Amino acid sequence: MNLITNGKGRAVPTDVPGWGKFRAYKSPFALIEEEPLRTRGCPAMKAARPGEAKVTRSLKDAIQRSGLRDGMTVSFHHHLRNGDAVLPMVLETISEMGIRNLTLAPSSLTDAHDCVVNFIKKGVVTKISTSGLRGELGAAISRGELDVPVIIRSHGGRARAIEEGSLPIDVAFIAAPACDEKGNLTGCMGKSACGSIGYAKVDARYASHVIAVTDDPVPFPLAPKVSISQNEIDQIVIADHIGDPAKIATGAARITRNPVDLKIAKNAFDLIAASGLIDQGFSFQVGVGGASLAVASHLREYMEDKGIRGSFGLGGIGGYMVELLEEGLFDVLYDVQSFDANVTSSLLENPRHMEIDASLYANPYTKGCMVNDLDVVCLAALDIDTDFNVNVLTGNDGVLRGASGGHCDTAAGAKLSVILAPSFRGGVPTIKEEVQTIVTPGETIDALVTERGICIHPRREDLLEAALKAGLPVKEIGRLKKEVEKITGRPETPEVDRDHIVALVEYRDGTLIDCVYKTRNT
Amino acid sequence: MGKILRTVLYIPGNSPGMIQHCPVFGADAVALDLEDAVSIREKDAARRLVTAFLDSLDFSRVYVSVRVNGAQTPYFKKDLEAVVPKGPDALRIPKCESTDDVKRAEEIISALEDEAGIPKGTVKIHAMIETARGLEKAYDIATSSKRLEALTLGGQDLLADLGIQKTPHGRELLYARSRVVTAARAAEKQAFDTVWTDINDINGLFEEARLAAELGFAGKAAIHPSQIPVIHEAYKPHPAEVARARRIMASAQKAESEGRGVFSVDGRMVDAPVIERARHLLRLSELYENSNRGDETS
Repeated sequence: MNLITNGKGRAVPTDVPGWGKFRAYKSPFALIEEEPLRTRGCPAMKAARPGEAKVTRSLKDAIQRSGLRDGMTVSFHHHLRNGDAVLPMVLETISEMGIRNLTLAPSSLTDAHDCVVNFIKKGVVTKISTSGLRGELGAAISRGELDVPVIIRSHGGRARAIEEGSLPIDVAFIAAPACDEKGNLTGCMGKSACGSIGYAKVDARYASHVIAVTDDPVPFPLAPKVSISQNEIDQIVIADHIGDPAKIATGAARITRNPVDLKIAKNAFDLIAASGLIDQGFSFQVGVGGASLAVASHLREYMEDKGIRGSFGLGGIGGYMVELLEEGLFDVLYDVQSFDANVTSSLLENPRHMEIDASLYANPYTKGCMVNDLDVVCLAALDIDTDFNVNVLTGNDGVLRGASGGHCDTAAGAKLSVILAPSFRGGVPTIKEEVQTIVTPGETIDALVTERGICIHPRREDLLEAALKAGLPVKEIGRLKKEVEKITGRPETPEVDRDHIVALVEYRDGTLIDCVYKTRNT
Repeated sequence: MGKILRTVLYIPGNSPGMIQHCPVFGADAVALDLEDAVSIREKDAARRLVTAFLDSLDFSRVYVSVRVNGAQTPYFKKDLEAVVPKGPDALRIPKCESTDDVKRAEEIISALEDEAGIPKGTVKIHAMIETARGLEKAYDIATSSKRLEALTLGGQDLLADLGIQKTPHGRELLYARSRVVTAARAAEKQAFDTVWTDINDINGLFEEARLAAELGFAGKAAIHPSQIPVIHEAYKPHPAEVARARRIMASAQKAESEGRGVFSVDGRMVDAPVIERARHLLRLSELYENSNRGDETS
C-alpha cells in the first residue's frame, strides 16, 4: 500500500487492495469546497406488474430470488440495537447456501453481532464497512482476522458513500417491526418496535434489491405511519422474531447520580449558557449516556425560566428530549435513531416528532443536512489530544471498541461542539499527547468539558472570552493534562503493528483521516 | 481569620473513586470518613487509603478534615498515628462527651506533630457533639483546647440517644442546635450543623440549611455532592444585607480616620460586633461572585 501523510499528520493509504483508491483528509471542508458537486450512483429502476406478490415463503427463497451471489454487498441497519436477530439470521442462511466473499455493510454493528466473527472464519464475510465495532468482533478485527481493512464510516459518511455509489449495495435486508403485504413498513409499531429506522431509509432507496424481514405482518394499508414505502421493497420475509424485545426497547435512560458526571454536566451547561446560543429558536443534540441527560435537565430549567422556545432537537432521540418536545420547549424533534422505548409512541403519535433519514441528518453531500443547522451538540469521547482531536473508536489497549456514529458529522455542523468526558477513567487520563485514532478532527471541536475544568480550542477566542467573563473554570488543555497526570501518571501507548492496517477511518467526505492498526498481544 | 466553610462533604474513606475527586465537587471542606462509612472489616484498608491520598493528592483549595473513629474504639489511636503526620487541616473526633475526650486527643496529636516535625497546632480538632451527655457539656468541651476549632452537631446519633425520631421540620433538634451554636460562640469557636440524609429531598435540605444559617452555624455537613450547591444557596447573603455591610465598612473606615469609636448607619448604632458581622458577610458574598472560577486560566 502506498502511504501519504494527511492533513492531520497521519499516514493513510492512497490505494487499498479490495477497496480501491482513497483521498487523504486535508481539512473539514476542503473537499466540499474543491468539489461541491459529485455524481450520484443510482440503482436501476425496476417495474412491477399489478397483482405481483412480494411475500416470499422463506428467507432462503428470498435470498435466491434476490440474485445474491459470491462477492456481492449486503446491508443491514442497527436500529434493533443489542436485540437484533436479523443480521445473524440472514448471514446464517447465506452461509448455509454456500455464498462466500461478501461485503458486509451495516449501518453499525452492536453487541448482538459477535456472530460475524464466525462468518469471517467461514469466508462468508471478507469485507466490512460499518460505523462501529465492539466486543468479540472488535477484538477479532484488531487481531487482524480480516485480510481487507474494515472501513469505518460516520452516519453521514455512509449515506454519502451509498448515494455517490462508492458503497453500492446489492441486497439490503431491512428489519421491519411492522410491515404490510405490499412492503409498507415502519419501526414504530409491532412487537419488536424500535422507533425511527432512519439509517435504513437510504439503503431502501439505493440498494439494487430490498428484502424486508418482519415478525409482525399487518394487513395493507399500514397506518398511521409508513417509514419506508412499498415502491422501494422487492420482497417480504416473515420471521418468527426479528429481535429480542427486551434488548431492543431499553427503558428510558435516567439522569445520572454519579457526582463526577453531574459536575461535568454542570460545567458543560454553564459553557453553553455562556456562549449565548440558548435563545429563541435554539437547536440542540445530545446523547443519553453519562452526563448528557443532566445537561439536558439544566437546559430544561433554563429554558423554562427564561421562556425560551427552541427550534429542534436532533439525532439519536431519547425519552428526555421527547419530554422537552411535549412541554413545548422545542418545536420539533428530528429523529434518525430512537434510544428508548417511550420514544416509539411519540414518533408514532406526535406529528412534531419526525423520522428523518441518515442523509438528511448528516450527509455532507446534500443541499442541506440538518447537522449544519445545529447550534449545540454535546458529544462523548474515549480520549482527546491536546489539539482536540477525538477518538471514539479504539480503547486504551488499541482494540476497536466504539463507533464513529454521527460524531464527526455533528461536530462539523454545529456552531458549538462540546466534548463531555471525565478527566480520567479507570486510572487512565482522557487527555493524551496524541490519540491513537482520530475520528473527529480538533478543528471541528470547540471545547472539552471535564469535572476538573473546561478547555477551549484556541481558535475560539470569543468563546474563551465569554467563559472567562462568566467566571467558568477554564484551563488550558496542556495544563489540565499535566494536572491529571499528577494523579494517574502517564499511560503507555498500546503496541501496534504499523505494517498491518485493520481499519480505515473515513472522514464524512470520504477522505481518510486515520488508520487503525493490528494490536500486539491481544 | 479562618476560611469560610459553608459545606463539609463526607467522603467515604474506603472509596478511592470519590476521594480522588475531592477537589472538584465544589465543597468548601471535605471530611474523609474512617468512622461510620467504613465497615469494621475495612478499617485498616480505609486508613491506609486516606493516608496515601493525604500524601499524594492535591486537594487544591479544599479544607481537609478526617473523621477518625471514636476514642472508645480500638481504631482511634491507629487512626491518629496514621493521619496526623500527614497534616490534615482538622480531625473530627466523634462522640465527645467530656473535656477529657478532647484533651486525650490533644495529647496524642501534639506528640505526633512533634514526632513528625510539623508545627504544633497544625491539626485542629472538630469535636462532634452527638450524645445527650456531650450536649450538656458542650461549652466545657468547646473551651477544653486551643486546638479545638469547632463543635459539630451529629444529629443522627443524638436523636438515637434521645430516643426520638427525625421529623421534616426538625423541631426535635432545635434545642440541640441552639445549644451547640451558643456553646461554640461563647468559646469563640465555630459550629457546624449535622447532615441532611434524604439526598432526593432538595427542598427539605434547603430549608434545614437556611435554618442552620439563621441559627448561627458556620456551615453544614453534606453526604452527597449534589447537596453542595443547595447548601451554598441557603447560605447566600441577601443583596440588601451585602449592600448594608458595604456601607457599614465604609462608615467604619471613615469613623476610624476621624477617631470616633461609635457611629451609626441607616439610623442604627454600629459597634465592633456589627463591624465583625459585616466583614464576614462581605467575605461570604465574595464566594458567590467567584463560585465557578478555576485556579488557572489559559
